[in-house]
Amino acid sequence: MGFEEFKNRNISEDYVVVQEDNYPKTSWESFKQVITRSVKGELFTGLKITFKMMTGALFKGEMATVQYPKEKLPIGPRYRAVHKLLVLLESGEERCIGCGLCEKICISNCIRMETRIDENSRKEVLEYTINMGRCIFCGYCAEVCPELAIVHGGRYENSSEQRAHFSLKEDILTPFDQINQQTEFAGYGSVSVDADEKIKKTPLSY
Amino acid sequence: METSIIIETIVKVIVVLTVFSVLAGFTTYIERKILAFMQRRLGPTNVGPYGLLQIAADGIKLFTKEDFIPANANKPIFMVAPLITAATAFIAMSAIPFFPEFEMFGYTVRPIISDINVGVLFVMSVGAVGLYGPLLGGMSSANKWALLGGARTAIQLLSYEVVSGLSLLAPLMMVGSLSLIDINNYQAGGISNWIIWSQPLAFLLFTIAGFAETNRTPFDLLEHEAELVAGYATEYSGMRWGMFFIGEYANLFTISFLISLIFLGGFEPLWFIPGGLAIVLKVMFLIFLFLWTRASWPHIRPDQLMWLCWKILMPLSVLNILVTALVIMI
Ligand code: SF4
Ligand code: SF4
Repeated sequence: MGFEEFKNRNISEDYVVVQEDNYPKTSWESFKQVITRSVKGELFTGLKITFKMMTGALFKGEMATVQYPKEKLPIGPRYRAVHKLLVLLESGEERCIGCGLCEKICISNCIRMETRIDENSRKEVLEYTINMGRCIFCGYCAEVCPELAIVHGGRYENSSEQRAHFSLKEDILTPFDQINQQTEFAGYGSVSVDADEKIKKTPLSY
Repeated sequence: METSIIIETIVKVIVVLTVFSVLAGFTTYIERKILAFMQRRLGPTNVGPYGLLQIAADGIKLFTKEDFIPANANKPIFMVAPLITAATAFIAMSAIPFFPEFEMFGYTVRPIISDINVGVLFVMSVGAVGLYGPLLGGMSSANKWALLGGARTAIQLLSYEVVSGLSLLAPLMMVGSLSLIDINNYQAGGISNWIIWSQPLAFLLFTIAGFAETNRTPFDLLEHEAELVAGYATEYSGMRWGMFFIGEYANLFTISFLISLIFLGGFEPLWFIPGGLAIVLKVMFLIFLFLWTRASWPHIRPDQLMWLCWKILMPLSVLNILVTALVIMI
């Protein structure tokens, strides 16, 4: 296949290659191009568009700014921000069984926990910390957890003198008096709420 | 008699200086707001109502910032360059009649610092001298970006100065005077007498040259941030940088006043609008036009500017002069 044919593959009839063939060669041609472009009023079209943007923003409420610290954009349920440790809704007991899977899988090695065997011969998690300075929010820990205990929450405003402020066990564990506010994990791996509108049918359903 | 004139002039100078320094600050605010609206943003909002105190905040910042002079810079020139820009911008204003004459406490005030009979020439030439600021600043900074910015200043001056001078010649031939007040009075008697109708080409050319003179986009070559970091102003900080920009905005006002005086009827009353207000409205519109184009148009390259000015605009203005001369003779 010659180069010309190769270039012309699959091009529909009305496909225009901008300035491929009509690129001005002589100075007279470039002069003509300047004149036609000026007379065509490309510049004034530009002015019109910006003016329309301005009136739209000022009078039709099409302002794009979100005044961030005052107002926040909603984030998706699958967003992976600072972790949460969930509790059992019925009893308020911690879900984490101290299996250590999250500690093992964490690729940045930033989860650390201290466990012991308590009086009833059950494993008890004494401390559970995540080094937020190293966590890359990959979500592996949430995915591997057999108890859905460690999940990603939506808290993304984590500026502080020490990022440890966000990741001690008492910081991420649902407090006992707020169990009724704890929602079941709609985070990593779950379908989003508007999934039905978004998901297209698979061939089998036709 | 003599002392009263001196006192009057001093008062006028002080008024012009303060008003336009404040206006220059205020224009930065307006510029940020309008550019923001055109990009569907809000612009400054947090300092004061609608961000109005942003000017004060900027001022405090400029005054308290460290005044930095690079080690290898040519110190005296580096230090004096911003002064040239700011000073010439205000000197140029001394020959501009801002408003019509008015009476105050039984005393006729002429809102022009000195009505010299070569007003236009004076304003244009002082404006051109103003480009020594960026030129010297760029050359003395010991910084390659600044040097390039300075070089581009020279290019820009060489390109537009001819066009702005020649394009003004045709209307001046019609009026027969270089005094801005005479030019203004020539257009007395309503919109139909405006020079823009008899000299549309000159208006267009002068406006284009005005964009280049105030180095506003699309002829923003001196400090084209995509190519030159900040051009001639790269090494400047604090109030020296601020002076460059006060000068730039003062120039913006000068050019707007010039365009409205020469082409748009100046301070002649418009229907029911008194003259003083009419010229303010015209200037406001022109300033808006400058900001509007800044939001809409791309920059051009230096060689394109030279090409445009020397090969298109200069011949056009010469042609305009010839045609005007022929028409006047007949
Ligand atoms: S999100 Fe990834 S990096 Fe962060 S703690 Fe979990 S496994 Fe470790
Ligand atoms: S994987 Fe889940 S249950 Fe196991 S230690 Fe980690 S958080 Fe606890």
